[in-house]
Amino acid sequence: MAVLKGFGAYLPSRIVTNQEIGALVGRTPEWILEVSGIEERRYAAPDESIADMALAAAEDCLKGAGIAAADLGMVIVSSGSAERRFPGPAATVASRLGIAGVPALDVPMASAGGLFGMVLASELTGGHGNVLVVASEKMSAIAAREPMDPGIAILFGDGAGACVIGTGGGGPAILDSVLHSDGSFAEDLHLEFEAPLSMNGRSVIMQASRKIPAAIGELLGRNQTPASAIRIFLMHQANQNLIDRVARALEVEPAKFYSNIRTYGNTSSASMLIAASEWWQSNRLNKDDLICFAVFGAGFHWGAMLVEG
Amino acid sequence: MDNKGRIIAVLTNVAKKAPPSDADESLFDSGYLDSFALPDMVAELEREFQIKIPDSDLNPRKFETISRIENYVGGRT
Repeated sequence: MAVLKGFGAYLPSRIVTNQEIGALVGRTPEWILEVSGIEERRYAAPDESIADMALAAAEDCLKGAGIAAADLGMVIVSSGSAERRFPGPAATVASRLGIAGVPALDVPMASAGGLFGMVLASELTGGHGNVLVVASEKMSAIAAREPMDPGIAILFGDGAGACVIGTGGGGPAILDSVLHSDGSFAEDLHLEFEAPLSMNGRSVIMQASRKIPAAIGELLGRNQTPASAIRIFLMHQANQNLIDRVARALEVEPAKFYSNIRTYGNTSSASMLIAASEWWQSNRLNKDDLICFAVFGAGFHWGAMLVEG
Repeated sequence: MDNKGRIIAVLTNVAKKAPPSDADESLFDSGYLDSFALPDMVAELEREFQIKIPDSDLNPRKFETISRIENYVGGRT
């Protein structure tokens, strides 16, 4: 059975407040906080790449897990904001970890990429050993594209999260997962090269509000697990109002949904792994504790994963 | 109560205020409903009209005005 061996994260040092971004798009800090739950976000330096941030998160993860890069059998990197069509950042990350030759796979998927990468890793670990999953996003470069849309520019931040999935040796076990995709909504949230991000916010919110609880319900239902039995939900940090809505739909107290969106904004596919890394650092997972991961993003792609301590 | 009256009751319940009097006025552009009230409205319509609205029908334009909502639920009930 696949197990989680550790998490890591990297956040750039530059803090961008609502005051700063609000001045650029003609919105007050209070308005931004109300519509998104975001107070500040981090922006990478101009010369800081997605691979740079991914590498920093990977190194943090490996250090925390006590695993040497040489003990990795595969690297998966998800990013919806990669700087070029190809090659993606995965091979660069593997090389800079000193493990050139190890297979490295890019998952060019925004928002949901972290969880899709984890599920992929849980399937591949049997043949490849320890699989490093990294999600890295430089959304600031996209949010700043002209013409700036206030509804988009205020949301996003930069960062990277990582985890290692392996077999044996202990660690929380991945019990089950569900993944779904529906391309009929592809035009509701898409990003073309050199163009601003295009988002039909109403459609995204309406679909996410239904599909995330449905995926979690599907996963928990087939594992005969009530939502109340979950110790913590680690969800894609898209918008605080959406996180609260999912909690309400599942009739779970909002405090069971870990949230750091107030300080990092929406870091797309990196957000769930950054949240997991933070939660892991400050909490002890007891045996039999259950964790539920959940994502939703452009595609649309969505899913959930159940983990037991 | 006819369908339009039931829709107005649903909207009033969700938004906590009366909807625009013009049945063709956008509920969103007028500021009456925000994006996060939309899923609530859909859930309330499902309850009120005893219908299951599939995700594939969740195009915000179908629910943009009272008239469009009336057309949609009229075709489903």
